[in-house]
Amino acid sequence: MKLAYWPGCVSRGFTPELHGSMALVAERLEIELVTLDRANCCGAGVIAEHNQELADTLNARTFALAQQTGLSMMNICSTCQGAQSECQQRLDADSAYRAHINEALAGEGLEYVKDGGGFENKNFLWVLVEDYGLERLKTKVTRPLAGLRVGPFYGCYVVRPKHRLGYEEHPERDLYLEYVIEALGGEVVDYDGSRKCCGFPVITMNRETSLRQAGTHLGDALDQGADCLVTPCPLCHLNLDMQQPEAAKIVDRDLGLAVLHLPQLVGLALGYKPKQLGMSLHIASTEWVEERLTGVPA
Amino acid sequence: MAEAQSYTLKVRRFKPEDGRGPYWQEFEVDLDPTLSVLDGLLQAKDREDGSLSVRCSCRAAICGSCGVKINGQSTLACLTQIGEAHEHVNRRDRDGDAKPITVEPMGNMPVVKDLVTDMESTHWEKIRRVTPWLLDDGDPPERERIVPPESMVDITQTIACIQCGACVSACLSMEVDPDFIGPAALAKAYRFVGDPRDVETRERLYDLAQDPHGIYDCTHCFACVDACPKGVAPMDQIMRLRRRAGDDEGIRDRNNGHNHELAFVKIIEKKGTLDESLLLQESYAPGIKGKLIPKPAAIKGLVGSLPTAVRGLRTGKMRSLSKLIPGVHPKLPGDAQGHVKRIHEHAEEHGDELNLYITGEEDVEPEPDEEKLSPPEASEGPKEPE
Ligand code: SF4
Ligand code: SF4
Ligand code: FES
Repeated sequence: MKLAYWPGCVSRGFTPELHGSMALVAERLEIELVTLDRANCCGAGVIAEHNQELADTLNARTFALAQQTGLSMMNICSTCQGAQSECQQRLDADSAYRAHINEALAGEGLEYVKDGGGFENKNFLWVLVEDYGLERLKTKVTRPLAGLRVGPFYGCYVVRPKHRLGYEEHPERDLYLEYVIEALGGEVVDYDGSRKCCGFPVITMNRETSLRQAGTHLGDALDQGADCLVTPCPLCHLNLDMQQPEAAKIVDRDLGLAVLHLPQLVGLALGYKPKQLGMSLHIASTEWVEERLTGVPA
Repeated sequence: MAEAQSYTLKVRRFKPEDGRGPYWQEFEVDLDPTLSVLDGLLQAKDREDGSLSVRCSCRAAICGSCGVKINGQSTLACLTQIGEAHEHVNRRDRDGDAKPITVEPMGNMPVVKDLVTDMESTHWEKIRRVTPWLLDDGDPPERERIVPPESMVDITQTIACIQCGACVSACLSMEVDPDFIGPAALAKAYRFVGDPRDVETRERLYDLAQDPHGIYDCTHCFACVDACPKGVAPMDQIMRLRRRAGDDEGIRDRNNGHNHELAFVKIIEKKGTLDESLLLQESYAPGIKGKLIPKPAAIKGLVGSLPTAVRGLRTGKMRSLSKLIPGVHPKLPGDAQGHVKRIHEHAEEHGDELNLYITGEEDVEPEPDEEKLSPPEASEGPKEPE
């Protein structure tokens, strides 16, 4: 399996452990990733707020770069998925608009072609379940996450809005984290916040609202007995992990819940050590993970 | 019509007079799968328990009275087919025991009885908060006020609102901040901000931008977009309010909302990918290198985010101090950055075009309903307003 790969900005900035663990996991799963190192930020919805056409053009550029490789594209960020899917829907809906946007790309010799070579852009989570396959994933597991109680945290932009994210064709996309946790041998924890908002988009505008969201979901997961959360979104990770001590102050309770990036959770089951997966870089302690999993030989 | 099938409705009930608090009760109903969850509730009320309370009137998604949560999703009971609700909740275990369809009262509102909520404090009061009527220039014209039809296209979407409160029920900001003005009221605000006959546009925008519970208190979570039965897309209207307030009216709100947006756009233009340190700094205190504008909120924000940054350093998350220093983030390789900058210039030439509606897939006939909502220009790409 070979894919054009857009790692996103945050996975190479504040959450370098995400980019790093994805590379390790891809290697062991034998997924070849062709990194789009000339591609640009998805705009995270903020550029669209400023100028929709700008956001559409920037993402058309990324798609066009991916299409040059002749491969479909994978991202590792719910926010990238949401922002890019929005632009792609807009570009695909209207040939005149597409031509207008392509004019801006022509200077670089690029063109976005609707459905070009069956082009798709999918989050690692979707790739894992729909293209790689859970059965195949199970064969790669060398250290089942037995007894590990994992709460899924999707991130808004892979669950809403449904009409834009392929739910007609794939109605179970909002259950995939559960499927993956189970395939890796872990135990799914149901809690209230799994498909809610982490609060990150307003962290600089309304800190109280933002951190109360993060703190509430972390608290709910703890109350349901979670050992950790897993998320396919690095921005969720920022609010849930990096800001966790601040969130704890806002909701006025002890938190201390590890939050794993999706490739890290997969990596643990493939036998990597937490340290190799960059888990020592997290704010909420992950030191217990190694010990919890040593019962099962890697 | 298809054959009637049996379904289980698991209803969250609450009778204030019996003192036992909320509880779940299951009802078996027999219905054609294309009939609605509301039809199911009414059958249960008719056949099993006349005290089961639900608000409804039109049964055709017009009156806006039957807002509930079905399988956790805020929506209208009369618009949701019972067969689809059943399929949705059972989309995973198709062979196992069928799960019941859950029906709950709307969220973010006090429950009066069973599925009936009190919409006064969380909906109507907020609607009144945004002055939901036209403020004209005072002198009544001799005949009606004439506006070009194109100018109304932009607000058509918001006019479709039936005040059902489904978006309020779903709103994830309101869940943690009950003072948030909320999706329905802000969509209503855009209805008048976008109306060319209204003369208080700037005042309206200033008020909503400065309010800490206004347009910058929305976390962009799309919950209201998925909930709304009439395609109002309240979040999109909130983003338009932000654009009108910040970009068109130049309102520098005290929530740093507009600064955040400008900083983001500037960084991508200069670097192509996001430099989070620079974003933090520029959002709170734009132009720190040139002329610092020391707004109290900016300084508070910067200091507030310091503990987080320092913790990041300690765990090694930000591998070196340089991660904290704005501007060290690398640019895109080779000439790629130049191309991104050129794209910016190209797109920014079209400063204030109409919002681009999505009318659906190409070559697919739009639903008659959507046809009415979409602007005539939509199929021809972006256009400058005349
Ligand atoms: S997008 Fe904004 S208004 Fe809509 S539900 Fe989310 S927080 Fe509320
Ligand atoms: S915006 Fe939509 S969901 Fe909200 S009150 Fe109006 S019709 Fe109902
Ligand atoms: S009964 Fe009128 S909208 Fe449902």
